[in-house]
Amino acid sequence: MKKKLSVKHLLGIKSLTTEDIELILSTAEQFRDVINRPIKKVPSLRDITIANLFFENSTRTRISFELAEKRLSADTINFSAAQSSVKKGETLIDTVNNILAMKVDMVVMRHPNPGACVFLANHIDAKIVNAGDGAHEHPTQALLDAFSIQSRLGSVRGKKVVIVGDILHSRVALSNIFCLQKLGAEVMVCGPRTLMPRYIGDLGVKVEFDLRKALEWCDVANMLRIQLERQDIKYFPSLREYTMQYGLDMPLLKSIGKEIVIMHPGPINRGVEITSEVADSPQSIILDQVENGVAVRMAVLYLLAGRTDN
Amino acid sequence: MTPRLILNPQQLDITIKRLCHELIEVHDTFRETVILGLQPRGIYMARRIHKELQQILGVDDIKLGELDVTFYRDDFRKKDLVPNTTSIDFIIEDKNVVLIDDVLFTGRTIRAGLDAMLAFGRPTDVELLVLIDRRFSRHVPIQAKYVGKRVDTVASERVIVNWKETEGEDKVWLLTQ
Repeated sequence: MKKKLSVKHLLGIKSLTTEDIELILSTAEQFRDVINRPIKKVPSLRDITIANLFFENSTRTRISFELAEKRLSADTINFSAAQSSVKKGETLIDTVNNILAMKVDMVVMRHPNPGACVFLANHIDAKIVNAGDGAHEHPTQALLDAFSIQSRLGSVRGKKVVIVGDILHSRVALSNIFCLQKLGAEVMVCGPRTLMPRYIGDLGVKVEFDLRKALEWCDVANMLRIQLERQDIKYFPSLREYTMQYGLDMPLLKSIGKEIVIMHPGPINRGVEITSEVADSPQSIILDQVENGVAVRMAVLYLLAGRTDN
Repeated sequence: MTPRLILNPQQLDITIKRLCHELIEVHDTFRETVILGLQPRGIYMARRIHKELQQILGVDDIKLGELDVTFYRDDFRKKDLVPNTTSIDFIIEDKNVVLIDDVLFTGRTIRAGLDAMLAFGRPTDVELLVLIDRRFSRHVPIQAKYVGKRVDTVASERVIVNWKETEGEDKVWLLTQ
């Protein structure tokens, strides 16, 4: 078994090898055990300071990273663009370099611009973890999704996973496609034509426009949220129409004649892409995903911080 | 490298039996005592001791856990550390704990083990049992209460413990480089 990651930063799933992903998932397995103990904390990163830089809103990812950091005993500082000097016109590199001047070892960053983390990694001397960059990648989400599938179904290899919804604006979709394919799963994307990137087929995924057909094919359905905040034009006539075509409800789920696993990266728009009944059903592993998120992020931070070449 | 045999299968078997009797002398029926093997290599020793104890006492309910110390080590970033599984499905609060490892060298693993163990409660009493004690090599003030065999070694030497379950032979070797 490999002992260390091949990368210094976690910028995206695309730059990880299959062995890297397997190492992260097997380490996460041990951390899930740690966070279910009476004392949920280990001292591994006690000498590390981590800055969480969120230039974009986030609840789940941010809390999850913060908990992961605290459970590894790292010191953390939080930064959100809303209350910062970014508003006064400071550049990204200046902002980050100022924070690093205060002796910070790692940066967890979410940024609305794709590639912001890669840019930062090329210019500054700290380890970077991408917590979502625009519509590009969201690597930790993909890792925790793969981890959740593995926990529920025993393995990711050979499983059929459909990603439903706003593929065009979704960083979760892109990272999930890379991650699941590297682990040997078959991936399909399903959504309205207008929300389907033009050359998505080149990534080796199946494309389906009929939700029922997609559900009949798959073992796992990952339902994405419609990202209205990223949509500059109207991609479909109304949310109601979207729901009629691509919303998952109980009658549809029951009618496909087999039990599939339902996932959602959150936040859920109940009644739009998924009904409450489905989201809260035993087939749904949405809250498991959240629990696994902390374990997976602990594994990522632990493995990056523990690299011996620095 | 010239390997030297320290314990052959018969000697190893006798040593394990002797250690078990020493344990029984102190812990009687093991009602209030649990055994924790340290990952990665101490667990084989712990399983052997556990099996032997149950045979001698004629019981089948002595508690055995496996403890991984990776997250508590002090050589993080000096070595690439990959965690192993911890499986302790009982409470160690107010119990006597016997920590078991195969080789006691610098004592750092045991130091981390003491930390790791506290995440599962506060034991009344903790003892250390090792198969091989490499004397005069300690970096921290830790000593074993039960010792299979003491050997005098220098840092460049290595002690290799092989088990029937994993390597196909019950033998302990000393490797000189």
